[in-house]
Amino acid sequence: MAEKKVISGSEAIAIAVKLCKPKVLPLYPITPSTLVPEKLSEFVANGELDSQMVYVESEHSAASALFGAYATGVRSFTATASQGLALMHEIVPIIAASRFPAVMFIANRALSGPLNIWNDHSDSMSEKDQGWIQLFCEDTQEAFDTILMAYKLAEKENISLPVMVCADGFVLTHVYEPVTIETQEKVTEFVGEYHPKDYLDPASPKTFGAFAQPNTYFEFKEAIQIAMQEALKEIPLIHKEFAKTFGREYGNGLVELIEMKDAQYALLIAGSTVGTAREVMNELRKKGKKVGIIKIKSIRPFPVEDLINATKKLKGLGVIDRHVSIGYEGPLCTDTKAALAKQKVKVSGFIAGLGGRDIDRERIRKAFDLVIKGKEGEWLK
Amino acid sequence: MSKKVENKKSEISYSGEKTAGGIELTKGAVIRNPGSTKNYKTGEWRTFKPEIDQAKCIKCGKCWLNCSDAAIYKDSEGKFQVNYDYCKGCLICSKVCPVKCISYKVEEK
Repeated sequence: MAEKKVISGSEAIAIAVKLCKPKVLPLYPITPSTLVPEKLSEFVANGELDSQMVYVESEHSAASALFGAYATGVRSFTATASQGLALMHEIVPIIAASRFPAVMFIANRALSGPLNIWNDHSDSMSEKDQGWIQLFCEDTQEAFDTILMAYKLAEKENISLPVMVCADGFVLTHVYEPVTIETQEKVTEFVGEYHPKDYLDPASPKTFGAFAQPNTYFEFKEAIQIAMQEALKEIPLIHKEFAKTFGREYGNGLVELIEMKDAQYALLIAGSTVGTAREVMNELRKKGKKVGIIKIKSIRPFPVEDLINATKKLKGLGVIDRHVSIGYEGPLCTDTKAALAKQKVKVSGFIAGLGGRDIDRERIRKAFDLVIKGKEGEWLK
Repeated sequence: MSKKVENKKSEISYSGEKTAGGIELTKGAVIRNPGSTKNYKTGEWRTFKPEIDQAKCIKCGKCWLNCSDAAIYKDSEGKFQVNYDYCKGCLICSKVCPVKCISYKVEEK
């Protein structure tokens, strides 16, 4: 039987990973992701998890060992945040181009500088163009569930892409919430076993990470893009299967539409901010304002069709970014504007919560208010 | 400990083509047949083309020993020859030849 426990978000993620049985765990601690490797090493030490811990000397090595583990054909995992992910940057696109179905947990934290350990989305947003699927989570249960879906998705033969599971640092990693822990049998049945076609084997030598010249590099990149488009179809299917197996659902797995049926104005948000926005939305609805929320779960692949369908009747849409592409605007806003270029809806971009600045009800109220008034977005300082 | 599990599903052709530039487009750019570097004819890079004057050559083998790309070989008659499939035209051979029998000209393609 599944059991409900009050645990930290990090422990929920570590348990989800344990249930997926990775064979190799290259882990390097960095705030606020550290509790995940800490819990996993505990599971290995007490015999709950049969896996090889690799005590690497940096995140660059963690990502390199993740690549190595997948080259040998086994399931693996790592977790990081902020500068850790930045240090992995060199290896991140190589894992994607090698089509290794790695799963990595990102405890979203602001990139230095100035040095800051708190939550925003600048770390994972800066890696969104590297061929990894990026799935965001609103709460700790969703983070637990998304790990299970991530392995299943990544390992689908027509996808074969790595996945970053992103959850807000501290806000979700350090919060204690009741989390339903599924049984090993059910998880194993859902996620399945991993048996890749190609892996390092002395009996049948193969080359991984080969050189590609101008006559093939283009096609190999194109293959990732095509697989990413396939993921747009695959994510809802896996999510549907997940919902059927475990009884929890998150929209269609790509986006969750909250009170969008009759909404005239809405906010598009990723991550834990959705929770606060739900409260403000309910408050405004009680006052008769027809407002809704588009919770975006999949940042890559970007669910263009879902956004077009969700915004057909909207008059105004505000996009809340927790990262800014300095010199332009929030990247989520840019993507949303591009997706909705042919729609009538006015899109206003908001920058909020940089370096752990609170995104409280007041700020969300202000965002809704400006969207309703048809105004431009602001930096919600 | 080799695994016996083989995925029976066929390779999916991601770009609609199975090859590009004569190279198999495997998933993740995996090379399943080792030694494929031989198929890469680096001679295409060449700007200068060395030529050995066999009449002057004393067969000392210095060019063969110094060639960074192992692009000089001894033929069945014992003559040193340049393998133009791989010679990149660095001209080290020409520089080290004690009798200066290796001349060069600009490659014409």
